[in-house]
Amino acid sequence: MIRRLVPGALTFLLLGLVIGGAFAGLLRAAGTADYGAFLESRYTQRIVTFTVWQALLSTLLSVGPAILVARALARRVFPGRALLLRLFGLPLVLPTLVGILGVVAICGQSGLFNRLLAGLGIAPHQFLYSLPGILIAHAFFNLPLATRLLLPVWSAIPGETWRLATQLGMRSRHVFRLIEWPLLRQVLPGIAGIVFMLCFTSFAVVLTLGGGPANSTIEVALYQAVRFEFDLGKAVQFALLQVAICGLLVAAGQRLVPDVPLTPTAQRPQDRPDVAAWGGRIVDAAVLLAAAAFVLLPLGAVLRNGLAGPVGAVIADRALWLAVARSLGVAVAAGLLATAAGWCLLLTSRELRLRRYRPRPAAALETIASLVLVVSPLVIGTGLFVLLSPVADVFAIGLVLVIAINAIMGLPYVVRTLGPPLMRMGEQHDRLCASLGIAGWNRLRLVEWPLLRRPVGTALALTAALAVGDLGVIALFGTQGTTTLPLLLYQRMAAYQLDAAAVTAVVLAALCFGLFAVIERGVGGRGQH
Amino acid sequence: MHRFLLLLALSLGLLSAGAASAETPTLTIYTYNSFTSEWGPGPAVTKAFEATCACKIDWVALEDGAALLSRLLLEGKNTKADLVLGLDTSLTAEATATGLFAPHSLDLKNLKLPIAWADPVFVPFDYGYFAVVYDKTKLPNPPTSLKELVEGDPSQKILLEDPRSSTPGLGFMLWIKEVYGDKAGEAWTRLAPRILTTSKGWSEAYGLFTQGEAPMVLSYTTSPAYHIIEEKTDKYAAAPFAEGHYMQVEVAGRIAGSPHGDLAGKFLAFMITPAFQDQIPTTNWMYPVSDVTGGLPKEFGQLVQPAKSLLFAPEEVAAHRKQWIDEWSQATSQ
Amino acid sequence: MASIDLNDLAFRYEDMQMQFDLHVEDGECMAVIGPSGAGKSTLLALIAGFERADSGSIRIGAQDVTRLHPSVRPVTMLFQDHNLFAHLDVAANVGLGIHPGLKLTAADRGRVDAALEQVGLAGFAQRLPSQLSGGERQRVALARSLVRDRPVLLLDEPFAALGPALRREMLDLVRALQAARGLTVLLVSHQPEDALYATTRTAFVSDGHVLQVGATRDLLDGAAGTELRTYLGEFQIREIGRGD
Repeated sequence: MIRRLVPGALTFLLLGLVIGGAFAGLLRAAGTADYGAFLESRYTQRIVTFTVWQALLSTLLSVGPAILVARALARRVFPGRALLLRLFGLPLVLPTLVGILGVVAICGQSGLFNRLLAGLGIAPHQFLYSLPGILIAHAFFNLPLATRLLLPVWSAIPGETWRLATQLGMRSRHVFRLIEWPLLRQVLPGIAGIVFMLCFTSFAVVLTLGGGPANSTIEVALYQAVRFEFDLGKAVQFALLQVAICGLLVAAGQRLVPDVPLTPTAQRPQDRPDVAAWGGRIVDAAVLLAAAAFVLLPLGAVLRNGLAGPVGAVIADRALWLAVARSLGVAVAAGLLATAAGWCLLLTSRELRLRRYRPRPAAALETIASLVLVVSPLVIGTGLFVLLSPVADVFAIGLVLVIAINAIMGLPYVVRTLGPPLMRMGEQHDRLCASLGIAGWNRLRLVEWPLLRRPVGTALALTAALAVGDLGVIALFGTQGTTTLPLLLYQRMAAYQLDAAAVTAVVLAALCFGLFAVIERGVGGRGQH
Repeated sequence: MHRFLLLLALSLGLLSAGAASAETPTLTIYTYNSFTSEWGPGPAVTKAFEATCACKIDWVALEDGAALLSRLLLEGKNTKADLVLGLDTSLTAEATATGLFAPHSLDLKNLKLPIAWADPVFVPFDYGYFAVVYDKTKLPNPPTSLKELVEGDPSQKILLEDPRSSTPGLGFMLWIKEVYGDKAGEAWTRLAPRILTTSKGWSEAYGLFTQGEAPMVLSYTTSPAYHIIEEKTDKYAAAPFAEGHYMQVEVAGRIAGSPHGDLAGKFLAFMITPAFQDQIPTTNWMYPVSDVTGGLPKEFGQLVQPAKSLLFAPEEVAAHRKQWIDEWSQATSQ
Repeated sequence: MASIDLNDLAFRYEDMQMQFDLHVEDGECMAVIGPSGAGKSTLLALIAGFERADSGSIRIGAQDVTRLHPSVRPVTMLFQDHNLFAHLDVAANVGLGIHPGLKLTAADRGRVDAALEQVGLAGFAQRLPSQLSGGERQRVALARSLVRDRPVLLLDEPFAALGPALRREMLDLVRALQAARGLTVLLVSHQPEDALYATTRTAFVSDGHVLQVGATRDLLDGAAGTELRTYLGEFQIREIGRGD
C-alpha cells in the first residue's frame, strides 16, 4: 500500500530539504570558490590525513575494547549491573566540555594518575595534550556507547546454541570464534560507523586536547572558516569534503557486511559452557573493573569538583532553574521530533523490506538516516540561517532551528535503537494483523506500542539527553531571555566563576542522567536489559 | 502511550514559557554571553538605562566578539540589531567594512584610554591588557618579559588560546607580532615546546589553569582582581613584561537604518557615563574608559600596570591577519 | 552397556518440585509423553547435564554421571530447533561433533562423509543450513550424533515441525541407527502415534513425576490411570499399515 511508504518518503524528503537547503544557503552566500586549489593545498591534505587517522584510531580503541566489555557484561550477572549499564549511557550525552574536564582531572598534568605516580616518586607523565589525549577522550565518550550497542547481540543467540556448545565441549575461544564473532561481525560495521562519524566530526576534544594547530580536524577548520575568517566559501569546501570522505568511508564499511536485524530470545547466561571457568571469571572481572574505572573515574571527578564548589548558592539561583526548564523543553521537543521522524523512516523501510522484498532501498534509507552525523551541525545551522533569515523572523526560527538540528543529530541513534525491534515485530505480526484487519491507529495503539515501548523509550531518552547536553547548536543562534543550562555553564566559566561552573556541570550531568533514566523507565516501562 | 502525549504537552508548555511582548520601544542589543549574564554588567546597566529612556532593552547574547561579527555578516541588512556591543579593535575594521554601522556623534576627547581614540564609528566602553597570569605557589620566578617567556625553561608550561577561535588568542599572537616583527615565526617555534595546549577559548584555558594543569595561562592583567575580591585569595598574579602589554579595547556601535537610531545614540552616550562605567571593574573585570564613582576598587591597585600599551591599528590587523595566522600555524606545527 | 537409571532424582523448577525415578534398558527405545509443562524436557535436560539435580543420582551403564559436565556424559541431545550453526556448512556442523574447534584430520573428514551418507545426505557437505529443509536439518543433527558416537541419544520433539510421512521417515532412520549402533534412545513427543510407531516402552510424565511406565501398546490402550486418559483424550490405537 502506497500509504505506508508515505511517512518515510516524507521524512526523507524533509531531511533532504533541510540539509540540502543548508548547503544551498551556504553556497549562495559563499559565491564561487576554487575547488582545485583547495584540494591540492598542503594544508587541506594535512588536515584530512589527520582527521581520518585520529578517527580510525579512536574507533579501534573504542570499539575493540567494547567487544570485551560487552562480552563480560553478557556473561556475568552481578549486583549493580543495571546501574552500570545506565551509567554507560552518560558519557555520550554529557556536554563535551564537562567530559573533557573530567578526563583532564584523571589523566592531566595534575590529574589522579600523575598524582599517584608522584606518590610513588615518579615524575609526572605528560601524555594528554596530543594524539593520545584525543584518543583517550574519544574512547571515554564512545566506548560506553559501543558497549551498549553491542550487548543486544548476545540476546540474539538462542538458548539451544549454548546447550549445544556445552554438549560439544566448547571452550571460551571456540565459543567466540564459532558463535559470537559471526554475529558480532554483522553489527560491527554499523556501530563502528557511528563511532567513526562521531570522532571524524569531533571538535572540542581535538581543539582542547590536540595541543596545537598541527592536530586539527576538518571540523575545526570549518569552525574557524565560519566564525573567525568569515569565509563561507572555505566553509562550504570543508563541509563538502567532510561529507564526501566520511560518507564514503562509512557507506563502504556498511556495504561490506549488510546490517542484519537480530532476534532476541530468552537468556540464561548460566547456560554458557565457559561461564564457570575461573580463567574466564578473572578476565571478565578485570575487564569490567577496568571499563568501570575508565568511565566512572572522570565522572566521579566531575562530581567531586562540583560538590566542592558553592553548591548552595548555585542551587538557590533562580536563573539555574529557568535554564533547566528551558533545556528540558528544547530537549524533549528535539527527542520527540527525532523519535517520530525515525519511526516514520523505519516504517517505510520495513514496508520496503518485508512486503515489497526490496531490502536494498530499505538499507539505503537507513544508512542515509545514519549518515547525517557526517554533516556538521554548524553547517546546517549556518546554512539554514542564511537561507531563511531574509524571509522569516530570526529570533523565532532560531529556537525552531535548534530543535530541528538537535533532532537531526539524534536520528542515527533512533534508527539504530528502533530499527531491529520494529523489523522483528513486522515479521512476527504482519500476517496476523492483516488477517484481523488491525491497521493504522489501532495497530499502533494495540500491537506496536506495547511491544515497542522499550526501544522507543531508549531512543527518546538518548536523543533528549543528547539535546540537553548540546552546547554547539544553541550557541550558534544566540539567546534572549533565559538561556539553556549548557549556556549557563559557559557563562559562569567565562565570568571567572569556575567553582560555580563546576557545580553547574554536576547539575547538568545529573539532568542528562536523570532525564535519560526517567524517560527510559517512564516511557519504556520496566524490564531488564 | 499517555505518558508520551503528556511529555509532548509538557515540552510545548515549557517552550512557550518565557515569551513576552512589549508596547514600549525596544532597543535590541547584540552582545556576548558573559555581558548579559546575571553576574555581568548587563542587569545593572539595563536597570539604569531603562529608568531614563522609557524603553526596554532586549539583549541577544552570542558566544563572543567574533560570533557577533559572524552573525552580522550572516544577517546583513536584515539584522534585527539596533546596537552591537562587544566587538574589539581586531574586528572593527571588518565590521566597518560591512557598511552596517552608522557613525557616532559623540565627543570622545575626555576618555581615559592609554591611546588616542580616532574611530568615527565605534565607541569604546572598556579596555584591558593581556598578560601571563601565573600561580605564585607553583612558579616562584615568573618570566619578566616576553623574551624570557619565549626562551625560558620548556618544562614550565603555559596554556594558550587558539588565535583562530578566540580573541585573547588573537591578542597574544598580535603581541608576539608587535614585539618580534618579522622574527615572530622563530619566536613561536622557540615557544612551542613550552605550550601545554592551545585551547578553543579563554574559558577552557582558564579552567585548565585553575585545575592546576599548568602554572601559567594567557589571560588579562585584571584576572587576579577577581580572585582577590571575590575569592579572597592572592595566589594568582599577572607577570609584568618589560616590552609592554598588548591591549584589548572593547567597543560598541549602532546599526545604520535601525528604526531606533536615536535610542541607540542615547545608549552610546549613556555608555560612557558613570551609570554604565561603574559596573565595569567588578562585573566585567576590565578597566573603565571614563571616571568611575568613588574611583577604582582599591584591589585594582595591586594589579600590574603595563609600562607600554601595544595595539595594532584595526586596518593593519584586517589586512594581515590571515597571513600572520598562517605564519603562527606553520611555526607551531613543527 | 548404556542403560539409564534415575534414582530419586529431585529438581526444583520454579514452583514445581520434580522427582524422577526411571529405568531405561540398554539399547531400548523409550518414548516420554505427557502434558505441556509436565517436565519432559527437564527430564531430558537432567540426563544430558544441562540442569543440576538437587539430589538423587543418574547412572548411565555402570557410570554415575550425576556430577559430570554435559560434554563428557555419554549422551547426545537433539533439540526441536537450532541444532545447527547457521553460518557453518553441513560438513562443519557435523565436524563439530568430533572437535569443538573444528580441527579435523583427513580421517575425521572421512568419518563426517560417512555419517552424512548414513543419514542420506551424501553430497550435502558444502550446503548451508538455510538451504536445507527442516527434515534435512534434523538429519544433519543426527549425523553429528553419529560422529560423536555416544551410546545414549535424547530427542526432544525433534520432528514436531515435520509432516506425518516425513516424521515416519525420520523415525525409521532413528530406528535404523539405533539398531546399527545399539543406542539407547529417549524420545519426547506429543504424538502418541510416534510412540506407537517407534518405541517399545513409554513413560508418562505428569506434574514433575514419572506416573506410569510400560509397554507402549498397553499404556496407550485402555483406561489405565485417569491422568493418562485425560492426556490422550480421544486417542485410540488403530492399526497403522504401511502405505496409509
